[in-house]
Amino acid sequence: MSDRFVSLTDLVLSYGSTVAVPNLNLDIHEGELIALLGPSGCGKTTTMRAIAGLLTPTSGSIEIDGRDVTRTPANKRGIGLVFQSYALFPHLSAFENVAFGLRLQKLPDAQVRAKTEAGMATVGLTGFESRKPAEMSGGQQQRLALARSLVMQPKVLLLDEPLSNLDARLRLEMRNELQRVQRDTGVTMVFVTHDQSEALALADRIVLMNDGKIEQLGTARELYAAPETAFAADFMGFENIFHVEGGHLVNGSARLPLGFTTDAPVLAWRPSGVSVGAGPYSGKVRSSSFAGGHREYVLDSPLGEIKADASIETAEVPIGQSIAFDLPQDTARRLMA
Amino acid sequence: MSRLSIWIILGVTLTFLIGPFLIVILAGASAGEALSFPPQGLSLKWYAKVFTVESFRASFALSMFLAIFGTLTALLIGIPAAYALNRYDLPWAETIRTIVAAPIIVPGIIVGLALLRYIVVPLNVTITMALFMVHTALVLPYAVRVVSSSLNNLRGDMEEAAVILGCTRFQAFTKVVLPNIRGGILAAFILGFVTSFNEVPASLFLSGPGVRTLPIDMLSYMEITFDPSVAALSAILAFLSVAIVFLAERLLGFSRYV
Repeated sequence: MSDRFVSLTDLVLSYGSTVAVPNLNLDIHEGELIALLGPSGCGKTTTMRAIAGLLTPTSGSIEIDGRDVTRTPANKRGIGLVFQSYALFPHLSAFENVAFGLRLQKLPDAQVRAKTEAGMATVGLTGFESRKPAEMSGGQQQRLALARSLVMQPKVLLLDEPLSNLDARLRLEMRNELQRVQRDTGVTMVFVTHDQSEALALADRIVLMNDGKIEQLGTARELYAAPETAFAADFMGFENIFHVEGGHLVNGSARLPLGFTTDAPVLAWRPSGVSVGAGPYSGKVRSSSFAGGHREYVLDSPLGEIKADASIETAEVPIGQSIAFDLPQDTARRLMA
Repeated sequence: MSRLSIWIILGVTLTFLIGPFLIVILAGASAGEALSFPPQGLSLKWYAKVFTVESFRASFALSMFLAIFGTLTALLIGIPAAYALNRYDLPWAETIRTIVAAPIIVPGIIVGLALLRYIVVPLNVTITMALFMVHTALVLPYAVRVVSSSLNNLRGDMEEAAVILGCTRFQAFTKVVLPNIRGGILAAFILGFVTSFNEVPASLFLSGPGVRTLPIDMLSYMEITFDPSVAALSAILAFLSVAIVFLAERLLGFSRYV
């Protein structure tokens, strides 16, 4: 198992004069499921297209399985790509969609048939061979696109927003499906998503990207529990982020004394890390909503907006009324400047 | 608006649209010797005579040749042009589109005159060749437009998917793009065929002794002979056009593309 199965070195990607990715270095392990996570425009899709060979890097190199493929055209890279829109061929039956790549390899007919049938069985589409893509549901279309890529036995399988077009129930099903396929085939999977919960649930490791750069790279657990920058913290649900200056929390001109000493330049709290009902600070309730296991408050405080989750055991504080809260040391996440 | 006035407007519109057609059919079915309406008695002899006129046969053959090969040539140029305009971020794309559409906007008579004055005469092009060029040019805008509109409905990532599965760019075009715009190409062919076949103004300039398209031949026939056979021929051609468009609509849903 290579730790540098896919290796991006000093990769620069641009569209015309717009530089989308200024300098990227990333090693992807063999057989892992890795997510490129970030908001739209962060360069994640561009990076994926470069790995696929659909975009030629301005400079830098891409290695796959020990071979430099920087200048290798997309049709010779041995990569699979499941498009967000699935990009199935509407004029071909499900069977012919899956067989498309095998036929290009000029395999004997019997082998094409066997591999295609096996591929369709892998994704549970046996019996749908003669359907046209338009006659299949969204979930079936996605599994068909997956099968079409998998039968080619790609070295790396790329997936663009694999769960975004599915409803909640299908999402869960597809998530399990992807993990199972990955276990069964051992294929290295790289998927692109803007949804942190999707990345957390699916990926072995997450590459959080911002402005074409890697903001943080780590396991789902690491990223969730220990984001290092304000951007990463915000993406992982630390919604209350403040600068620290001389023992005070600062937001614009507002300053509040901090209840403990720290050398961190920036501190962040999740809404669940803010304690409500007691504490040195006070804020006025702007909105309050019931979220099942807890109640979500938005408070107007001297520091600006504070998002705080309270236990549903406590009585609801009406909108407009002031409430005491604390930003405790033990739930604070220390961030880099 | 009242029901009555709607019916009246509908009736008047239909009369103007279909009336001339009916008149031509009936005038061609006259038993008399001169073109007249209402017909003097009914007979199919003029419909039969059409097929015996030597010049009609020759000009029909020429018109068929121009309509088929002119349109095919226009498609051969138009499909790659539409593809390039659609898929690549070309500089001057808008200008190119306008120029391609020009033959629709510029009156045919001007196209014919220009071609005669600056190409046919100076370059000593044969009349058949000149007619072929002008028909191709006149059909080209339809070819580009109709093919463009069906390319617009086809997502670009399908080609990328084909490439990743092992196709070259060219294979992706032939294996994925072409089969999915087949309907548009057929629609463009039919539209081009009908346009070319019915074309008069530009062909008027370029027709020479012995080389005439069918509509031009009918015009000159009428200058000499005023019998109902021209009406009969017109009716036959009209039926042919209607039949083609009807079949196209039935088979392809023609109106989606035009």
